[in-house]
Amino acid sequence: MSTAADSSRVADAARKVVQEHDPTSVPTREFLAACFDAGLSWVHFPEGLGGLGVSRGLQAVADGILQDAGGPVPFALNPIGYGMAAPTLREHAQTDELKREWLRPLATTEHIWCQLFSEPGAGSDLAGLATSAVRDGDDWVVNGQKVWTSLAHRARWALLLARTDPDAPKHKGLSYFVVDMKGPGVETRPLRQMTGQAEFNEVYLNDARIPDAHRLGAVGDGWRVAMTTLMNERSSIGASGSRRGTGTIADAVALWASRPDLHTPVLEDRLTKLWLRAEAQRLTSERSRATATVGGPGPEGSVGKLVGAELNQQVYEFCMDLLGPEGILYDDYTMRDMERTDDWRGPLQQRFLRSRANTIEGGTSEVLRNILGERVLGLPGDLRADAGKPWKEIPRG
Amino acid sequence: MADQQEARPFVFSEEQRELRAAVRRFAADNADEQTVRRLMESEPGFDPKAWTRLGSELGVLGLSVPEEQGGVGGTLVDQAVAVEELGAALYPGPVFGTVFLAIPALVAVSDGPVRSELLGPLVEGARTAAVAVADRAGAFDPAAVTVQATRAGDDWTLSGTVERVVDAAAADDLLVAATGPEGVALFAVDAAAGGVERTALTTLDLTRRQATVRLTDAPARLLAGPDEAERVIGHALVVGSALLAVEQVGASQHLLDLTVEYAKGRLQFGRPIGSFQAVKHRLADMLVDLEHARSAAYHAVWALGDGSDDPALAASIAQGTASEAFARIAADTIQLHGGIGFTWEYQAQLYYKRAITDAALLGSAEQHRARIARLVLDTASGEGAPSIATG
Repeated sequence: MSTAADSSRVADAARKVVQEHDPTSVPTREFLAACFDAGLSWVHFPEGLGGLGVSRGLQAVADGILQDAGGPVPFALNPIGYGMAAPTLREHAQTDELKREWLRPLATTEHIWCQLFSEPGAGSDLAGLATSAVRDGDDWVVNGQKVWTSLAHRARWALLLARTDPDAPKHKGLSYFVVDMKGPGVETRPLRQMTGQAEFNEVYLNDARIPDAHRLGAVGDGWRVAMTTLMNERSSIGASGSRRGTGTIADAVALWASRPDLHTPVLEDRLTKLWLRAEAQRLTSERSRATATVGGPGPEGSVGKLVGAELNQQVYEFCMDLLGPEGILYDDYTMRDMERTDDWRGPLQQRFLRSRANTIEGGTSEVLRNILGERVLGLPGDLRADAGKPWKEIPRG
Repeated sequence: MADQQEARPFVFSEEQRELRAAVRRFAADNADEQTVRRLMESEPGFDPKAWTRLGSELGVLGLSVPEEQGGVGGTLVDQAVAVEELGAALYPGPVFGTVFLAIPALVAVSDGPVRSELLGPLVEGARTAAVAVADRAGAFDPAAVTVQATRAGDDWTLSGTVERVVDAAAADDLLVAATGPEGVALFAVDAAAGGVERTALTTLDLTRRQATVRLTDAPARLLAGPDEAERVIGHALVVGSALLAVEQVGASQHLLDLTVEYAKGRLQFGRPIGSFQAVKHRLADMLVDLEHARSAAYHAVWALGDGSDDPALAASIAQGTASEAFARIAADTIQLHGGIGFTWEYQAQLYYKRAITDAALLGSAEQHRARIARLVLDTASGEGAPSIATG
């Protein structure tokens, strides 16, 4: 539970950082380093690791002061790092020294992070992945192919899930590692998507070596570690704007207001429905924040991800239908890498195409409905063809 | 629950949790399915003794009535907690007429002897009330008033007909909007008085009854003159909309629990039907709709209490969300139960009829969306609109 004393401690620390490192004049990395050193990167982390050991809910107090003073939104600069790597490292890295070594440059954005989970043969069934890690002395030797890796071309470090025991059932034979993306045997190639851009990459691992010290969690315990990462991913994707009318719905409302010549009653009701659903979801996020008694993200984050993803698609479908023939033009299909993570917020048509991925990335809507059904409502699981089988005997393709 | 201080939005106090448990126990004892069925098929459609206990022993009919008006001085959130549990049980009693509309209207009226005289017995459950004011989509429209008020000295008489007044057939007091020489005012009519004729109607939902009220020179007492009648009635409709949304949430939660249990226990093809994704995903969607309705309804009762949002917008967000959610969840409850869900003997039909009724009362989801469009879209700015690629 947070106390008023904790809250003012966080606020004092934030005001001190802003005073001593004016975010509008010092370089971003210096400012973020000061935030880390003051324990404001993740206030619920222990002191010395970018936190103050206070309730997670007080992060909003710090962010409010830091960002009001013109500070950056660090999550936008290093999304995998802040959203997923940090909580996983904090919980599972082998030594405090390693935690600090990784977390500080992560926090400053000097080191961008990416995640090597999905494979061509393992999407929703992530636990069926085939990339292998074989022990060799103090190292592990990794071989395989990963896909849909955002930021791999800029990343210094990656979170890797690999198979260390093909004879065990699929969930039991996985281990979790941190990989040096600049090391030998790691090759990154851009993956072009339907928008024409390459926001993601394929990563090929050929005899890449990882020191055993860079393993997170026990050998064979990788699935449990991965759950830390994935629940954090869903809750970060699902987190919607906290003010009414912000987020994707703002695009549709602003477009509507700017084009009175295109208004029809049917379109108006369609937009109102979307606005109402966005508002109900916003209130639901507020309610789940207000009533959260424990710090970690739970299955209710899955509601936010499910609704947010479907809403994004419906919002941009609405915009396209509003524009009609004007909407069926495009700006540029020239293949290019994404330099900044918010580059997808280009012209409307690009946002429209990009939104198709929302119901796939970070857990498909089908998988999320299973999670809500099974973990929240307590419904029985589906029959599984691979239950209890050694991974190597499971049909793949 | 006598705590005047508005707590943090969405966080219920310990007292409110106790209140919830008490009302739930009351509903279990007085509104089990068999009792509900017996009452809905007999007169007057509810158990007046149980209603009195609800008012006097539990004290949950006028929880947000201020202490200076003889109430316990709780908040609208307290009232909502009780309403949610009564909704979950499909409690047959004049909740809509008395708790949703009449008591909030009386609370908003300026102090006076008529108000004091009426409010006490309603809060104690000694009498019940119905509000004979035709709303337009959950809002007050003076042009829709169909009753005329005539003054003779200090006395008033009312004449006219109000169609489909919820809870009117058994009500002791009628609050009636009528057009007088100086405009629309709100009057109290003793339903037992001469000149009051009530025709009970067979309703789709037998647990929520209606009657047509015909007044012929019926004696009336002035509650709110033209200077404040519109504000008073508007307040009652907004509070009623928020409480109705909470009732819809309570009933929806009951149906989701019921259907989840059924899906776990019903076996077909040698396995629980809840293990099939077609069933599981429909239940997941019901959960999302319920969570949205809950957030919107709770937001409305908190915002009406602490003034943190435009009351009309908050009420429309709640009604626009909860009406649709309850109707859909009730329909899906029937679907997921299969054949048993369509029978008279199974409870799904009772809730479905309540869902359809609640959706139509105080404005449909469509009408509330139309209001939201006026309040939100008509005032929106085109600034920050995304660029449009032009080829």
